Amino acid sequence: MILSPRSIAALFTGQAISIFARFMTAPRAIWQGIAPEQHQRVYFANHSSNGDFVLLWTVLPAPLRRQTRPVAALDYWLKSPLRAFIGRDVFNAVLIDRRPEARTTDPVAQMTEALDQGASLILFPEGQRNGTDAQLLPFKSGLYHLAKARPEVDLVPVWIANLNKVMPKGEIIPVPLICTLTFGAPLHLAPDEAKDSFLARAAAELLALAPASQVQE
Amino acid sequence: MTSPHLLWLLSGVAGILILASIVGEVLRQRLSPDGGNPVIENLNARITAWWVMVILLAIAFLAGKTGVVLLFALCSFAALREFLTLTTHSRADHWSLVACFFVVLPLQYYFVLIDWYGMYAVFVPVYVFLLLPVLSALRGSTKDFLVRVSETQWALMICVYCISHVPALLYLQIPGFEGRNVILIAYLIFVVQLSDVMQYVWGKLIGRTKIAPTLSPSKTWEGFIGGALTATAIGTSLWWMTPFTVVQAAGMCLILTLMGFFGGLVLSAIKRDRGVKDWGHLIAGHGGFIDRLDSVIFAAPIFFHITRYFWSTT
Repeated sequence: MILSPRSIAALFTGQAISIFARFMTAPRAIWQGIAPEQHQRVYFANHSSNGDFVLLWTVLPAPLRRQTRPVAALDYWLKSPLRAFIGRDVFNAVLIDRRPEARTTDPVAQMTEALDQGASLILFPEGQRNGTDAQLLPFKSGLYHLAKARPEVDLVPVWIANLNKVMPKGEIIPVPLICTLTFGAPLHLAPDEAKDSFLARAAAELLALAPASQVQE
Repeated sequence: MTSPHLLWLLSGVAGILILASIVGEVLRQRLSPDGGNPVIENLNARITAWWVMVILLAIAFLAGKTGVVLLFALCSFAALREFLTLTTHSRADHWSLVACFFVVLPLQYYFVLIDWYGMYAVFVPVYVFLLLPVLSALRGSTKDFLVRVSETQWALMICVYCISHVPALLYLQIPGFEGRNVILIAYLIFVVQLSDVMQYVWGKLIGRTKIAPTLSPSKTWEGFIGGALTATAIGTSLWWMTPFTVVQAAGMCLILTLMGFFGGLVLSAIKRDRGVKDWGHLIAGHGGFIDRLDSVIFAAPIFFHITRYFWSTT
């Protein structure tokens, strides 16, 4: 790794964001279906807040964290120089274009390229923050295409609980509450499994990790 | 703020912990060589966490009044974070929750720091009690309103108001005891926590009759009586470092162990109601901050007020 002032600033910013996330949410990782081991994975999680990937990144042990890249929306993360610095330099995000009509590169190709370079990914298959009362929005097809392109990679569901209460959409100041991240057992695309049934299975596996108290709401 | 008595007490605690660490290690080698016995593993995790807690407390004592106030403000923060994670609130409460953490908590500890007794004694039960629900009401949501504001007030009373009475002990003015108030804090925490530990030990050794089986399966009459009496006996034997006589120290220790026991009972009831085993996960082997502080939370305000009423000139 080349140490430039920018990369050192990125390192410190990453630590600072991580410490702040810990202070606000005391995040607790429950490794229910997998162990926190060095292993290439695609973590896919529910998406209710911009802090989601920060929290997931924070609870990963440092060696895993270094090789894990969030997949994030280009239109959001390139909007200002600060966001671009955080998105690209600090978190080394795979920035994908959500607008099919405008994009020049295929998001699935970008993600497989990152996997082929040895990275693990953090992915939010809902495609946008869930501001509704529904527990999960319908999954976009990206997860399926990724599973098809690289069937050997573990797809790990991660349920992030409570973060939507820490920072509800539209609020500016977060309120400190404990968040729990439950890591489920890895999924793979079954041979000749159809897209819709795979996506439904992935969503069900993710939902099954939600704590009981959340399901009732 | 160091005094020879404090050093002796801390050395005594360090001695107990060294002994506990040796016993824990021997038990591990005998009963759980491959880490397979959860009771032994939990015991050793608890002992390690005790070392950390005692060292942090000692550092705060060395740092003086500000250090102690800051340490307990941080404990309040962590406890409040645990408590409010389990309470009922809706999106309409966002601003009142933000106010709990970033306005009420710092103000309460600031009033303690500047020794404004008339304010910190009534701030949460009067001013916050009346004004905080207004923030929630202004947002217009009436669903579960009484439940929401009551649970938030409870969280503040338990996690901020009660805990802030520990550092407040530093400001009592007891004739002939000047400059040694830190002993009051060390004594309170020592007796209450020793009672907890001894209740655990007696309960594990001879515990049979459960006190409240639906509430806490680990609380037994044998454990409670054995633990409270042991802690009272040891606490009484330390009367010479307190402002109390032997008889007064014994009475005080009985009150402390009883209040500590009540704290564990009431806060267990809340956990049961919310379907959780521990308040949090940050103190390995113990659970959360409230799991470790439950007895201190109930004992501190009573200890403060009895000492203030009968011994302090302020």
